[in-house]
Amino acid sequence: MAEVDIKNYSLNFGPQHPAAHGVLRMVLELDGEVMERVDPHIGLLHRGTEKLIENKQYLQAMPYFDRLDYVAPMNQEHAFVMAIEKLMEAEVPIRGQYVRVLFSEIGRVLNHLMNTLAHAMDVGALTPILWGFEEREKLMVFYERISGARLHAAFFRPGGVHQDLPAGLAEDIFKWSEEFPKVIQDLETLLIDNRIFKQRNVDIGVASVEDALDWAFSGPMLRSTGIPWDLRRSQPYEVYDKMDFNVCVGKHGDCYDRFMLRMAEMKESLKIIRQCLNEMPEGPVLSLDNKVAPPRRSEMKTSMEALIHHFKLYTEGIKVPEGEVYAAVEAPKGEFGVHLVSDGSNRPYRCKIRAPGYIHLQAMEFLCKGHMLADAPAILGAMDVVFGEVDR
Amino acid sequence: MVDAIYSLFGTEGPFLYLTAIVLSILAVVLPLLIAVAFAVYFDRKIWAAVQMRRGPNVVGPFGLLQSFADGLKLFLKETIIPAGANKAIFLIAPMLTFTLALISWAVIPFEARVAIADLNVGILYILAISSLGVYGIIMSGWASNSRYAFLGGLRSAAQMVSYEVSIGFVLVCVLVKVGSLNMTDIVLAQEGGIWNWHFIPYLPVYVIFFISALAETNRPPFDLPEAEAELVAGYQVEYSSMAFALFFLGEYANILLMSAVMAILFLGGWDAPLPILDFIPGWIWLLVKTAFGFWLIAMVKAFVPRYRYDQLMRLGWKVFLPLSLFFVVLYSGLKVAGVPLFS
Repeated sequence: MAEVDIKNYSLNFGPQHPAAHGVLRMVLELDGEVMERVDPHIGLLHRGTEKLIENKQYLQAMPYFDRLDYVAPMNQEHAFVMAIEKLMEAEVPIRGQYVRVLFSEIGRVLNHLMNTLAHAMDVGALTPILWGFEEREKLMVFYERISGARLHAAFFRPGGVHQDLPAGLAEDIFKWSEEFPKVIQDLETLLIDNRIFKQRNVDIGVASVEDALDWAFSGPMLRSTGIPWDLRRSQPYEVYDKMDFNVCVGKHGDCYDRFMLRMAEMKESLKIIRQCLNEMPEGPVLSLDNKVAPPRRSEMKTSMEALIHHFKLYTEGIKVPEGEVYAAVEAPKGEFGVHLVSDGSNRPYRCKIRAPGYIHLQAMEFLCKGHMLADAPAILGAMDVVFGEVDR
Repeated sequence: MVDAIYSLFGTEGPFLYLTAIVLSILAVVLPLLIAVAFAVYFDRKIWAAVQMRRGPNVVGPFGLLQSFADGLKLFLKETIIPAGANKAIFLIAPMLTFTLALISWAVIPFEARVAIADLNVGILYILAISSLGVYGIIMSGWASNSRYAFLGGLRSAAQMVSYEVSIGFVLVCVLVKVGSLNMTDIVLAQEGGIWNWHFIPYLPVYVIFFISALAETNRPPFDLPEAEAELVAGYQVEYSSMAFALFFLGEYANILLMSAVMAILFLGGWDAPLPILDFIPGWIWLLVKTAFGFWLIAMVKAFVPRYRYDQLMRLGWKVFLPLSLFFVVLYSGLKVAGVPLFS
């Protein structure tokens, strides 16, 4: 009998695929059900964000950051405004810092709710995500109450945040933070001890400490391997150094650890949210330096100088001194960084975005190798990628 | 059932006998299809309730007509046949699935001896037909000429074959006691109230049968052939319009069939739970018990994640097969020993 060359079965996973989390296309090579090669193709959601930013004034560029990781928009804005502030050496009033931390943590809960439960859906549990969406809805309403937009908030500004909390919002967030642990508990009873859920996730997509460091993992992907690296703790920004919270770590670096880690991080975020609400001092939320932030409207009516500043800020935009800076925040998905090069004009010369999802996605190949086809959605789900930020 | 209708005509003749057969088939199939429509509604409502949603509530009172509206919509859609598909097999597959889902109902007794065909090998007939059911899926998976569909078809074939083995052994457990393959005899053996029903002595095999039935009908956690997260819709991925509707109806008719078989094997079929309640017609009891089985199946969907292919196979061959084999030996032994409940 002639020797037959057996070809692997190649399968296009996406770009239109319910488990592709957006528009990922993966070319899988299958030996039966076992994945031999996974080749993620990206760029289907490429919008040229970085290039567009070069042609926008700093403030005009800001809303693009909401549209990167649209699951937790404010965390991205945070990195960008931090980069601007570093270049301008601008101070953020203490209340502004608290509001930023508060909404960064709300963003973290938004993201982790979406991710953990979409991950559960990817392995076939269809109920939890609908329970979680009810909570996400409440958080979206908080976004709406503070910025007017449910999703693309454009709320963080160089020098602080756009506006102070409206009356009653702090109380409502606190009330929510007291009710939310019950929801987490419900979700946990449905998932963490579920044998099928465990079978589908334990020891799936294992990354060792070395792997994680070699592939430049950050955020929950890194912490799941056991390295307690969290920018909020290691390079505290805003008022994170005053916050009492634990950096959660995993042990095995598998999908189950990543899931559990995110569940635990939600609880830690709740702690931070409560501390912010309890300790938030009175005062301005936006810098009083009129070179950074526009003057108050009432001032503008009476002060000539304020009027000039207002006019200059809204026609010319912020002038950022020449220089180069890298600012990073601990976004829910990992280290989200902005490398900003300014030539001293009112537009960025270059804005390089370091999106955690982009870096994690490269690990897809080695995480998936040798696993079954059905593990691909589980690994992808636990990886937490959003194509807004991967493709930019 | 056929003879009862035939005798209503008063006269005799081969044509009239044929008419009686057709009438009795219609008498089963039409209510069945309506029941399927409501089963879909029921399923969606249960699922919605668990997920804290409302479910269908727009079309008709409480959304009761939703399934009919969906059916109408599918009926009006274009049947798309992929360019690379094998046209004949592509179209035959859903018809086959649908037909097989319906013809199993021929042996289901609604009252004592009231079935289209009161076969003395009724159980064997159901096993045979449900084994054939896999053909519809393999054919559609192959004929679609799509990689997702093909994988779905392959998975389904392996899955249905594996779980039929343990279903077979569970049936043997019951048959050893009853001593007949006739569906009516199986119910008659449990007559006289809830304490006589098989689910009490046969609880372990009832559970095995229930789980195997989930696998047999491709319901979660065993919905691998149509696993949304990896295979999108598996073997149905290329189907649209009525071809899809036939798969869909067939699937639910099969689920109802499995619920009905469970009711007959373990829950006393048409028998009233208490002798006082005998005045309620038997078919209503069967309906209630089938609905109970369906409710269980629908609830499972809302709670469980999906098994992976290898885990499914391991469960089928390494857990259920030895377990059901053990129970065959156990129950046969109990019967030989003459233990009252089991003989």
